[in-house]
Amino acid sequence: MLFKDLPIQKKLMGVIILISGIVLLVTCAAFFTYEVFTFRQTTTRQLSTLGEIIATNSTAALVFDDQKNANEILAALKAERHITLAGLYNKEGKLFAQYPAATLPGAFPPLPGKEGYRFENSYLLGFQPVTQGGKHLGTLYLKSDMNAMYERLWLYSGITVLVIIVSFLLAYVLSKALQKRISIPILSLAETAKAISDRQDYSVRATKLSNDELGALTDALNQMLTQIQKQNLEITSFNQQLEQKVTERTNELQLANKELESFTYSVSHDLRAPLRGINSYTKILEEDYVDKLDNDGKKIIEVILRSSKRMGELIDDLLAFSRLGRKEVTRNDIHMDALVKGVTDDFMLISVKNNIEINIQPLLPAVGDQALVKQVWVNLISNAIKYAGKKTKTLIEIGSYPKENRNVYYVKDNGVGFDMKYYAKLFGVFQRLHSNEEFEGTGVGLAITHRIIQKHHGEVWAESKLNEGATFYFSLQTI
Amino acid sequence: MDTHAIEILIVEDSMDDANLTIRSLKKNNIANNLYHVKDGAEALDFIFAQGNYSSRSKSANPKLILLDLKMPKVNGVEVLEKIKGNPATKTIPVVILTSSQEDPDIKRCYELGANSYVTKPVEFEGFVKAVKELGFYWMILNKAL
Repeated sequence: MLFKDLPIQKKLMGVIILISGIVLLVTCAAFFTYEVFTFRQTTTRQLSTLGEIIATNSTAALVFDDQKNANEILAALKAERHITLAGLYNKEGKLFAQYPAATLPGAFPPLPGKEGYRFENSYLLGFQPVTQGGKHLGTLYLKSDMNAMYERLWLYSGITVLVIIVSFLLAYVLSKALQKRISIPILSLAETAKAISDRQDYSVRATKLSNDELGALTDALNQMLTQIQKQNLEITSFNQQLEQKVTERTNELQLANKELESFTYSVSHDLRAPLRGINSYTKILEEDYVDKLDNDGKKIIEVILRSSKRMGELIDDLLAFSRLGRKEVTRNDIHMDALVKGVTDDFMLISVKNNIEINIQPLLPAVGDQALVKQVWVNLISNAIKYAGKKTKTLIEIGSYPKENRNVYYVKDNGVGFDMKYYAKLFGVFQRLHSNEEFEGTGVGLAITHRIIQKHHGEVWAESKLNEGATFYFSLQTI
Repeated sequence: MDTHAIEILIVEDSMDDANLTIRSLKKNNIANNLYHVKDGAEALDFIFAQGNYSSRSKSANPKLILLDLKMPKVNGVEVLEKIKGNPATKTIPVVILTSSQEDPDIKRCYELGANSYVTKPVEFEGFVKAVKELGFYWMILNKAL
């Protein structure tokens, strides 16, 4: 596991133990160095003092060439256990006396070396001149081992290890106690954050346990929560305002719709009444005064009757169209085959033409308002029959095909068709591409068709060429 | 005019429409004893023999009432409500004559007990036919209570 992935508790402990370990080691190393340095100095001083004393005592033995006495003097070094070798050279530089007595002369340097003391291969050795009254009598050689120092160093090492172990234990216990003070506030903060995100409750606040960085973090978190709470409140209030606005607008719309309804009623009622007067009284005029009218008068009466009748039809169609706008569309499965068969059978029954051939392909079922979709078929098929033209036979083809998760239905005829440059007017209310003399009509049928299909979220379109027939398409949702 | 033996009461604010109705009923020999009142207030006076009609016998109810809906003062719905709400008059058949199928009051009329309703067509032939048929049905076929 990487250090960064460790829990904070372990990180803290690791850091504390590492730092205390380094500090201890550095301290011990310094102590060791100091110890070695002082020990060497002390040993050198002691050895040089000893050398001076022995040199002073040996002057007589050298002057009188008393080898026995010299050996005796050196043998006194027995008391100094660290002295391993001692030798006395006469003024000619020849070994004169030695300690221990049994040592081979080869162990000594053949000639006295330079005056002074130095460390060599973990031994301290030195040459001390023996003089009397400024006269050089000989040289004393001393060699001392460093065992005492090594013993001390071993002891120190043991103590150091012990201290390190005790320190580590102390560090561990202390860091355990300390880390609680740091990790507990962090853990409590984390728990609070988790509780908030789990329950989506922004009214929860973290408890501040200290005034340090963690305390600042707690304060910041709480401040953030307050802000979130405030913003949530604002959002809710905005939502409510929006909903209220929607309600208001809906009410306004409903009112407008109601006004439109009453307007429609007024139009139908108030326009029809005078129209009825015109039509009816003209008819009475015709019935009661026909013998008093000449041919021109009779023709005028016919025009009045025809016009008022047409206006009545226009008003009725307009009403039918506006009624459609307010109608709720139901959604049921429609079996197109049966529906279209019923419509075409009715047409064949009432049609005065007998040269009509309707070819119905198997039709896909769809979802929609059966009564309204039937109206679409009635409008399209009646148009196909009406705009047949002067062809000897009226051929009508009805079919369907699926297209992009919708079903497309079509009615194709071989009638007069229309010029595509007037296509934009085709589905408009009261828009006609033929005169009333050519083909009777008010121009509402296709507008109603368009509106019905629009209410079903479908599309309606057409293709045609003048005098080459027309095809009308509409699409509905599949089952 | 003898207001005691009225067969059909026509309640219609438009003189023109009333005359058309009277003409077609008479021409088709459906009823000869017709009476026309020009608004709802007068209709109520006539039916309940009050006001100007206080001399009329209360028991001599008309056999049929043709009632227009849109009228000044008291409208057709109010008249209908009064007729159907009174035990003495509630058995009189009432046919609503309206100019439009869009009339929002049609449903209310049925709830109040109207016997049928007829949309007055714009065309004269249609109008005559409608009046003739309703007169024929209510005056000759339908045996009044």
